[in-house]
Amino acid sequence: MSSHPSLIKTRKPGERVFCFLLVMGSIYLFWQAYKISGFSELSSPGAFPLAASATMILASCIAFINTLKLPEAEGVRFVHHCFPPIVATIMALILIYSIILESLGFILSSFAFLFISIQFLYRCRVLTTLSITLLALVVVYIVFRLVFQVVLPEGIVPEREILSSIKSLWR
Amino acid sequence: MDDLHYFAMSWLSPELLALTALGTFLGIYVGAIPGLSVTMAVSILISFTFSWDVNYALSLMVGVYMGGVYGGSRTAILLNIPGAPSAIATALDGYPLAKKGLAGEAIGLSTVMSVVGGFVGIIVLAIAAPTVSEFAITFQPRDYMMLGVLGIMLVGSLSGSSLARGIFAGALGLLIGTVGLDPMTAEERFTFGVVELWDGINPVAVMIGMFGISEALHQLHHMDKAVVKQKISSVIPKWSDVKKYMPLSLQTSFIGVIVGALPGTGGDIAALMAYDHAKRVTKDPEVPFGEGAKEGLIAPEAANNAAVGGAYIPMLTLGIPGDAVTAVFIGALFIHGLNPGPLLLIEQPHMFWFTVGNLTLANIFVLIFGLTGIRLFAKIVECPKGILIPLIFLLSIVGAYAINNAITDIWWMLAFGVFGYFMRIYGFPVGPVILGVILSSLTDENWRRAILTERGSVSDLVINIFHSPLSTVLFSVIIFILVTQTPIWTKWLKPLISPKSA
Repeated sequence: MSSHPSLIKTRKPGERVFCFLLVMGSIYLFWQAYKISGFSELSSPGAFPLAASATMILASCIAFINTLKLPEAEGVRFVHHCFPPIVATIMALILIYSIILESLGFILSSFAFLFISIQFLYRCRVLTTLSITLLALVVVYIVFRLVFQVVLPEGIVPEREILSSIKSLWR
Repeated sequence: MDDLHYFAMSWLSPELLALTALGTFLGIYVGAIPGLSVTMAVSILISFTFSWDVNYALSLMVGVYMGGVYGGSRTAILLNIPGAPSAIATALDGYPLAKKGLAGEAIGLSTVMSVVGGFVGIIVLAIAAPTVSEFAITFQPRDYMMLGVLGIMLVGSLSGSSLARGIFAGALGLLIGTVGLDPMTAEERFTFGVVELWDGINPVAVMIGMFGISEALHQLHHMDKAVVKQKISSVIPKWSDVKKYMPLSLQTSFIGVIVGALPGTGGDIAALMAYDHAKRVTKDPEVPFGEGAKEGLIAPEAANNAAVGGAYIPMLTLGIPGDAVTAVFIGALFIHGLNPGPLLLIEQPHMFWFTVGNLTLANIFVLIFGLTGIRLFAKIVECPKGILIPLIFLLSIVGAYAINNAITDIWWMLAFGVFGYFMRIYGFPVGPVILGVILSSLTDENWRRAILTERGSVSDLVINIFHSPLSTVLFSVIIFILVTQTPIWTKWLKPLISPKSA
């Protein structure tokens, strides 16, 4: 399942910090698990979370200590190899898309998201992007909204009225 | 007689037949297109199909699974990019064959052998599952607990770079699974006083985040890889080849079923083991391995499809997933109100025979779609990532929303997507997280039941483990894995046993 099947001989920039954060996070979760029912009984609701978070602390500590021993990979920069601008931009786009999804509705927000991200990633002519976006949106809408009957946020487009007026045209 | 009726259900109903065909077709493409995975597709499909009748949803997903495992071989042969982890071994000899201009022949042969493997897997499933299920009724809570732990440890140790990282991922998954009201005492766990968290974190949101969003974000690193075009002629394999390689394909199919049936190991490991087996038993291959030996193509392909049937055995009889894909499948079964475990075969035997019939049907569709439509295939696989990746994001977000019509699920999915992205970057496997989420309640409840039956005494629990042969075996395997994967073994014990190799 992992995309890194090879053994790591060097550490990537930010790996030590990431592992350290995992240790800290695990300790916090251990404390939260302790607050469920303390160290009262082995069959208490908190026992299993305590065991799981203790395992996390142990495993993340081993991972962290291992990164201390490894030399830093040469010529690998965090901004370039671990968190390149392309990833950051797309993450931001997804975030904005999720925020506007409910208020603007599926059709408008998805159109905007697809158009901007395809234009950004595929870099072709605006007209081509526009037609790809429209085609993709129509297919997704037909398959999921009309065939699979998935409820999608409607937002400001009066979808149901449009759909029912189209249906009445057929009659 | 009833069993036969259930077996034929998806064959006789036009809707189920069409859905299985559609699923298999989609699966082949999902498996073939690098960047799309079966796990991703099935997790997104769960969210879209949860309101369907269970038979319809399962037909579609079984098709995707069967087709997807096969589909990975296509791009492994054509582009040297395994479309799925289970096709890694296929690329070793498949791509050299394509470079020699034998791509069509390689695809044809791998299709036929995949189908042979698929059938072996299904037959073993049909024979073994009822027996395993009868045996599974005698399992004690402690056995279930240990099976759960074993599954996570196997995935952790086999899929990642280090055991510690794999175990971390598994434990994190277990913890995520405990969020919400405790099912036994209704006490709040990790809810931070938020009522929305009482029902816990939706596992489907975690799955889509970890396999959809994080995988697609990771793919953004490889936007500039050019697509190599291959000329393909006929894909119908030579009958003499099929006959010649049949014994090998049957042998590796059995390897596939067994590896697939072990909790924690799936098609990818089965394929690598089968490749290794082929290398050992083929005394003088026509072409050396790694340079386009047909044996090296057939062995992994037969094995990874056979592993599908194998993986269904622990999934349906014990409720223990074999790998990430089956973990997602178990999630799907739960969502449709089915409870995979030893009682499934007794309470709902129709589900079992329906699944077997469905898998058989999907396997036949693999043969049909595998040997046709190669031109269309070449076109779709060349779909640029710049278009594909935004669509994955769109489907992931819509999928996460569709589960409960709640925007909260999108936030969870995004959070796990970003976290999963960094996990991948820093060499933490994400498969064990999903396995942990799915196995969490099973392990938690059985641990507590086990310790309650011993009246809270750990020493009694340990003593009783050694009174039951099954518990002893499970316990020893867990200890064995733990010892052989840690520095205790490599530093101290191994030099003691074999001083020369140290």
